[in-house]
Amino acid sequence: MSDIYDGLISAFWLMVTLDPELMQISLRSLQVSLTALMIASAIALPLGTFLAIRRFRYRRLTISLLNALMGLPPVVVGLIVYILLSRSGPFGVLGLLFTPTAMIIAQVVIITPLIASVTHQAMRELWAEYHDLLISLNTSQGQRIRTLIWDGRRNLLTAALAGFGRAIGEVGAIMIVGGNIENATRVLTTAIALETGKGDFALALALGFVLITLAIGINIAIHWLSRTESEGRW
Amino acid sequence: MVSTVLPLKLDEVFVRRRGKRLIGPVTAELGPGRLTMILGPNGSGKTTLLRVMHGVERLSDGQVTWAVPQTEAQHHQAYVFQTPIMLRRTVADNLRYPLQLVGAPTAEITEKVEKWGARIGLQDRMKLQATRLSGGEKQKLALARALIRDPQVLFLDEPCASLDGASTRDIESLLTGALSAGTRIIMTTHDLGQARRLAQDVIFMLHGTIREQGAAPGVFDAPSCAELAAFLRGDIIA
Repeated sequence: MSDIYDGLISAFWLMVTLDPELMQISLRSLQVSLTALMIASAIALPLGTFLAIRRFRYRRLTISLLNALMGLPPVVVGLIVYILLSRSGPFGVLGLLFTPTAMIIAQVVIITPLIASVTHQAMRELWAEYHDLLISLNTSQGQRIRTLIWDGRRNLLTAALAGFGRAIGEVGAIMIVGGNIENATRVLTTAIALETGKGDFALALALGFVLITLAIGINIAIHWLSRTESEGRW
Repeated sequence: MVSTVLPLKLDEVFVRRRGKRLIGPVTAELGPGRLTMILGPNGSGKTTLLRVMHGVERLSDGQVTWAVPQTEAQHHQAYVFQTPIMLRRTVADNLRYPLQLVGAPTAEITEKVEKWGARIGLQDRMKLQATRLSGGEKQKLALARALIRDPQVLFLDEPCASLDGASTRDIESLLTGALSAGTRIIMTTHDLGQARRLAQDVIFMLHGTIREQGAAPGVFDAPSCAELAAFLRGDIIA
């Protein structure tokens, strides 16, 4: 119990005093996860919507594959990205290994199937609700997709937030491709792993509380900005 | 309103799903300017027939033709579903949507949205989410959204099912207004009272086929088909 108490006190102090190292690690965490989220959303949101309304030959197989990829073990993703980016790998010449870019790539691979799958589920339900009306109004394919994305934007936000939650809390893959290098690739999760290994539970807990605060703060901010639960909204 | 898309002709139409015949053979011709009521018990094929006419049901056999090509005819039709489908938008945005789809000028959209909002009595709730309306209000909004593009032909699938008397009266008032403006109305109903109040023509469906068709007074006063006579008496027919 005293560890948790000490952790809370440490977290409070680190945040109140705007500890430079904590700030740097936290900002890097946000930078990596938000960049990965933006890239993954740009791929996954249209993909999930497309799968919801279009019928094509290997649609079911694609959806099954997407759902299966949601459970990709991050460590394996990290290992594959490591091999691809290592000096002897096909993308070794780019020199991306042990950089924040490599961490972003790994996170994109991990969260894209999750966002696409949640999007597909939400858009499929909305499409079932709207199908007859949009067909009856003689809408074009483009008009249907635009209508679904606009009217389902809050569901899409939920999908994106699910992806963000997974990205900001990810440790295995980014530890492998980032290397947890101080002042370069150290983020909150890898720092927690490091401090735990060193036996500094108070600092590890402090970093953990900061991570939770960040994750909850971002979620609340996005919900507030999009007025998801405000009066007059469904 | 001058109709350019009618007559609508159905020639030996069949709809089958998984080997089961839903309707057919159905042959009919519908000219302009009247209100046709499709009557029949549950499962008789009323909704399928309506969807076939509207062009949203795949035919297994036969032909549906309009006076103009199908794609052009589609632009002059509207459909109101038994359970109103509300876009997850405000009342005003629901009314605006069909006009935006055809690229209507902003001034025209604003004017029509205000006019129809007032006509259905929702002028004070234009900014409310449509999903929060009552069942009757939703159906009135769905009807206004269908009529806002001045369709030549309006299809309605039991629009007053599960509505109370006041809402039914409002819907019927909107329908008679549309009929006066020249809109061709084809609707299904279970409500014989409503059929007698509104129908100018009647189509009686049973087991997927048209059993009787004609002007309403003649059909109601002297039905030639025994099943229709029983249906009009209120007997249960299967």
